[in-house]
Amino acid sequence: MNPPEALSPAADARTAPVAVSVRRASLVYQTADTPVHALSEVSLDIRQGEFVSLIGPSGCGKTTLLRVIADLEQITGGEVLVNGMTPHEARLARAYGYVFQAPALFPWRTVLANVMLPLQIQGRPKAEAEAVAREQLGRVGLTGFERKYPWQLSGGMQQRVSIARALGFEPKILMMDEPFGALDEITRDDLNDQLQQLWQRERRTVVFVTHSIAEAVYLSTRIVVMSPRPGRILKVIDSSLPDQRTLDLRDTPEFMALAHEVREGLAHGHGQGHGGGH
Amino acid sequence: MAARPAAGWRQQALPVATVLLAVLLLWYGGAVGLNRAGAVERVFNNGPYTLGQLVATTLNMERPVLPAPHQVLADLVSSLVDWPLDSPRNLLYHVAVTAQSTLIGFALGTLLGMVLAAAIVHSRTLDRALLPWIVASQTVPVLAIAPIVLVILGSLGFSGVAPKATIAMYLCFFPVTVAMVQGLRAPQRIETELLHTYAASRWQAFWLLRLPSALPYLFPSLRVAIAAGVVGAMVAELPTGAQAGLGAKLLTGSYYGNTVGIWSALLMSALLGLGLTLAVGGVERLALRQRRPA
Repeated sequence: MNPPEALSPAADARTAPVAVSVRRASLVYQTADTPVHALSEVSLDIRQGEFVSLIGPSGCGKTTLLRVIADLEQITGGEVLVNGMTPHEARLARAYGYVFQAPALFPWRTVLANVMLPLQIQGRPKAEAEAVAREQLGRVGLTGFERKYPWQLSGGMQQRVSIARALGFEPKILMMDEPFGALDEITRDDLNDQLQQLWQRERRTVVFVTHSIAEAVYLSTRIVVMSPRPGRILKVIDSSLPDQRTLDLRDTPEFMALAHEVREGLAHGHGQGHGGGH
Repeated sequence: MAARPAAGWRQQALPVATVLLAVLLLWYGGAVGLNRAGAVERVFNNGPYTLGQLVATTLNMERPVLPAPHQVLADLVSSLVDWPLDSPRNLLYHVAVTAQSTLIGFALGTLLGMVLAAAIVHSRTLDRALLPWIVASQTVPVLAIAPIVLVILGSLGFSGVAPKATIAMYLCFFPVTVAMVQGLRAPQRIETELLHTYAASRWQAFWLLRLPSALPYLFPSLRVAIAAGVVGAMVAELPTGAQAGLGAKLLTGSYYGNTVGIWSALLMSALLGLGLTLAVGGVERLALRQRRPA
């Protein structure tokens, strides 16, 4: 199903094949008065099994970059390849699962039926889809909630359902656009921990957009710091943190040093001594 | 949309009963006032009368200007009890005739409305080309359309229920189209993009997202449509020579000055409309029972 678990992320990052390749990608919106450079000559390689966070202030193009990789936006220059295919082909080949900032669950479907949705669209047999959905709900700790409707669940639980839904069809790449941005900090920590364990178990390629320095440092094997006007990559930081992570790690000097490096990177983009994350 | 708890019934019953009482009082008062002239002229022969006599007479006339509620009720009950169901003297026979064309017209109108809405939301061209005509179609009075439809369909060999259902359909499809266009466009961008990431086909997006999103918009329009359908079916019964149906009953009543008959047919049509609307409301509650109570 997925690469062996013995490898350390650092070894993975150097040897694994490239999953997402972005070459001098630009995206310019034509507005009434001036063109807006949402992305300017962005280049980035993401290897299989990496957990890459895109971080930066609003307008830095981190979500745009994710949406470009997911074929939800089209670049105006450069090249993007996902598993060697164009984003459009990759989307049609169902190469990735996408988790939005909001859970986007269908209110008329039960939790189980929501997780079954992508499998149903792929035309999988109903019994198989249901078995997979039940298993995925178990992995995000929601066994017993199958027959509930989304509005009967808390925000954190809803977002876990949407993660289960994205994982259901075993996508090679998981893309997450500030998935925990709308949640309170306690729920957020909890879900960060769960996501970290999930990644440890399955080692899928994850591209993760966030505002939060702590979240990026805690989860990622690599952190991409971006800056606005024009949207561009300032700095790519390889994580020196160990493979196995718990929330306690956030109090270690190593973690703090890394967080500091990210904050410095962000401040550099602002040209001020003021961090962009909050 | 929210299903009211049982306690709501009792809270609702009192105001409804109060209004009913007020209406009945006004009705009786109106009957005395409106029938007075006729009573004085025909019953008392312009002679002297007491107030008691006046009230007793005006409320029990054979051809009153405004029949009293108990007269209408007596006529209604007598028509339901004293005559077999297949007799034109039984109002339920006419209710069945009108209900049949209403329901067929409603079904066809709903179908037409949904097909038009689906076409409109999927094609920008159709959106611009069709919508103005659909709106314009409703500005033509149904009374003007009905005879034309009857004549044309009659010349094509369609008679009986088909022309009546067509006119009911003409009134039914419009609210359904308008509500469905809005409902099918109700999905949020994030929901549409979600299906996009799954590489869902247009058909899948319609079936799995747009249609379920549209249901809360559809049902209120269905309630409007079925009530409009009753009107359409009754109007269509008027120019057919008035053989059967509540509309026909109204027409014969006015031919023969049978005001009590007109009023009992009117009451029946109101009850028919109410019953059908409640039935649609019941289906709505059933279909949307799992949605969040707003």
